[in-house]
Amino acid sequence: MTTFIAVLYIISFSLFIYGLMGLTGPRTAVRGNWIAATGMGIAVVATLLLPGMGNWWLIALGIVLGTVIGVPAARKVKMTAMPQMVALFNGVGGGAVALIAWVEFRTTEGFQDEPLYVAIASLFAAIIGSVSFWGSNIAFGKLQELIPGKPITIGKLQQPLNVVVLLAAVACAIVIASGGSSQWLIIGVLVAAALIGVMVVLPIGGADMPVVISLLNALTGLSAAAMGLALDNTALIVAGMIVGASGSILTNLMAKAMNRSIPAIVAGGFGGGSAAAVGSGGGEDRPVRSTSAGDAAIQMAYASKVMVVPGYGMAVAQAQHAVREMADLLESKGIEVLYAIHPVAGRMPGHMNVLLAEADVGYESLKEMDESNSQFPQTDVALVIGANDVTNPAAQSDPNSPIYGMPILHVNASRSVIVLKRSMSSGFAGIDNALFYDPKTAMLFGDAKSSVAGIVEELKAL
Amino acid sequence: MLVESLAVLVLAGFVGFAVISKVPNTLHTPLMSGTNAIHGIVLLGGLIVLGLGAEGVLNKILLVIAIAFGTINVVGGFLVTDRMLGMFKEKPKQDAAKEDGK
Repeated sequence: MTTFIAVLYIISFSLFIYGLMGLTGPRTAVRGNWIAATGMGIAVVATLLLPGMGNWWLIALGIVLGTVIGVPAARKVKMTAMPQMVALFNGVGGGAVALIAWVEFRTTEGFQDEPLYVAIASLFAAIIGSVSFWGSNIAFGKLQELIPGKPITIGKLQQPLNVVVLLAAVACAIVIASGGSSQWLIIGVLVAAALIGVMVVLPIGGADMPVVISLLNALTGLSAAAMGLALDNTALIVAGMIVGASGSILTNLMAKAMNRSIPAIVAGGFGGGSAAAVGSGGGEDRPVRSTSAGDAAIQMAYASKVMVVPGYGMAVAQAQHAVREMADLLESKGIEVLYAIHPVAGRMPGHMNVLLAEADVGYESLKEMDESNSQFPQTDVALVIGANDVTNPAAQSDPNSPIYGMPILHVNASRSVIVLKRSMSSGFAGIDNALFYDPKTAMLFGDAKSSVAGIVEELKAL
Repeated sequence: MLVESLAVLVLAGFVGFAVISKVPNTLHTPLMSGTNAIHGIVLLGGLIVLGLGAEGVLNKILLVIAIAFGTINVVGGFLVTDRMLGMFKEKPKQDAAKEDGK
C-alpha cells in the first residue's frame, strides 16, 4: 500500500511539473492549470489512503470549511483585486504550515524522541509559515486599503528592532531543538515570527507590494518543503521546493524591472521621506499644456498608429472597458491600436494583461516593453492612462533620481503624447515626471474612466 | 532517509528553476497564482497529522483550521488562476466559446 501511495505521489508531482510547463504559454496555460489541479487531487486522495487514517469527520469538516470559504472568494473577486486575493491565499497557506508545526510540537512534546533534523525543519516551517501568514495579511490590508498604503515605520529603531525580534524567534527555536519542551517556547517562536511578518511588511510602500507578495509566496513554498522534510513526505518536498524556486525567480524578475534590490525593499528604504523630498523639489512652476476630450479624439482620429500605455490608474478607475471601446472605434477607422505593457504596470507582473484581457482586448495587440519601445518612434499618439513612473524619462537622464536605471517605456519618442491623469500629483515613487512638461505632451485631467468615455463620445460624433 | 529527502529537495529546486524561467512576462500573474495554489499542498501535512491520530481538543481544532486553510489555498488558488487564464484566450476562440456557452 505504501508503495502504491508513493507511486501516486510521483504521478502527482509529475503532473505539477507538467502543468507548470503548460503555464508557460498562453495556449496551453488553462490546461496546465487543470493538470496541476488534477495532480493536487491525486496527492490528496493518496494521502487519505495512508494506512491508519482516522478522524474522518474532522478531516471532512476542514475540507468542507475550506471549500465553502475558498470557492466563493475565488469566484467573486474582481480582477483589479487579484493581487490582494493572491496575498490572502498565500497567507492561509503559510498559516496552515505554522499551525501544523505547532501541533507537531505539541504531539511530540517538543520533538523529544524525534531526530534533530525533524525539529529543525519543523521550527523553520513554524517561523517562515508565521512570517508568511502575518506578512501576507498586512499586504492584503494595504492593497485593500484597510491599512494606509504609505510606509509605516517607527523610525531608525525599526531595523535593529526587527533583528532583535528575529534573534528572539531563533533563540526560542534553538532552545526547543536542544531539548526545551515548554509550550511557551513554541508560542514565543510563532509570536516573534508574526511580529517580524507585520513589522517587515508595514514599512513597505504600495509600489513594492508585488515584490513582497512574490517573496512571501516563495517563502510559503519553502516552509511547505521544510514541513515535507519533517513529515518525510515526498509530495510536500517537491511541490514546496518548486514553488520556492519559482517564487524566488519571479521576485527577482520583479525587483529587476523596478530597479530595486530585494534587501533594500525588505529593509523598507524606498517611498519614504527622502525620496518624497527629492520629488517635490523640481519643476512645479513649469508650464503644463492641458487638452480636452474633443481635441484628444480628433488628434487620435487623424493618427495612423496609437499606442495605449495603461497603468494602475486605469485599473483603479475601471476604465479598461471604455478603453477597449475607444480602441474598437479607432480600429474601425483603420487606425492601428496597440498596448504598451510595462513589466510592472499594475501591481504585479502581467496584471495589466489580465485586466485588458478581461475587457476582451486581443492578446496579440498587447506589446511587451522592448517591442513597444521599438514601436514608439513610428507612433503618432501615445495615450498614457494612469501610468506615471514607468514613463518617466528621468529614469534614464537623471542619475540623482531615485528611479534612475529603471527600464521605462520611451513614450516621449512618439510624435505626440496625451496623458490622462487625475491631477499633477506624483506616482507611487513620489517623484516628478518630466514627461508631463514635454512640449509634445498634452494633459487631460480627470478620472480616467470619464475621460476615456468623453473621448469615445467625441469619436462617435466625428 | 534524510539524505534522500535532501537530494529530492535540491533536484526539485532545479526543476522549479528550469521550468519557470521560461514563462513570458504576460503570464507572470497567473503563474504566481498557480504556484500559490500548488503550495496549498501543505493540506497534506494537515491530513497526515490529523488522520494518523492527533489527540486533544486543541490539537484537533488547530488541525481542522490548518486543513481549512490549506483547502482555501488549493481550491481558491486553482479557481482564481483559471479565471485569469480564461481571459487570455484569443478573440476568435473566445467568441466561439461564448457561442458554445449560449
